[in-house]
Amino acid sequence: MIRVQEQDFDLGAELKAMSAGKTGIGGLCSFVGLVRDMAGDTDIGAMTLEHYPGMTERALEEIEAEAHARWPLEATLIIHRYGRLEPGDQIVLVAAASAHREAAFEACHYLIDFLKTRAPFWKLEETPEGPKWVDARASDDAATARWAAKGSGA
Amino acid sequence: MKLLYFAWVRERVGTASEEIDCPAAVATVDDLIGWLAARGGGYAEAFESKALVRAAVNHEHVDVSHPVTDDDEVAFFPPVTGG
Repeated sequence: MIRVQEQDFDLGAELKAMSAGKTGIGGLCSFVGLVRDMAGDTDIGAMTLEHYPGMTERALEEIEAEAHARWPLEATLIIHRYGRLEPGDQIVLVAAASAHREAAFEACHYLIDFLKTRAPFWKLEETPEGPKWVDARASDDAATARWAAKGSGA
Repeated sequence: MKLLYFAWVRERVGTASEEIDCPAAVATVDDLIGWLAARGGGYAEAFESKALVRAAVNHEHVDVSHPVTDDDEVAFFPPVTGG
């Protein structure tokens, strides 16, 4: 399941709902991204996340489907927020559940790596020098490329 | 053709979206970038460094060689920074 929303989410409630009734799940792995108060040496007061409604949902659904094709997953969840967020706020949740831990760990990692390079979100940070669009990081592209190098199949 | 702009591309162009009649000379995303940049002003500024701008056609990431037609929704934006 994927959700794109402005409001916050409750990690515990989300994971509980995701696994409810699915007794074949033996392991559930989750990752939560938070707003940091620093970017390099720059203080960040807050940030605003812009996205491309329509394409965002489609991109997240594709990433989720690719994870299901690659690992034997019982459930997956992606929640991404948009709008203005402050340091400490939750931005994103990805979770993957499987019969065994290895697939859950790997799929969770895969979901966040691909989300970072494919989902159409852009961060505008509030810095002491004024608003600044965050630059994409080469390390994020490298993280995605790593999965291609690993080939398919867990 | 519907055009959408996001993040600093939107700020430089000065609008979030617009409808245009796809010019006959425009067959690819690259052609469209050239045509938009030739409008000058904020458009020229947005597309002055083409390597920094990404494109999507009908909600799909594409290369600049991808074809475009008058029925398409084409979006321009910087590399994504979500997560």
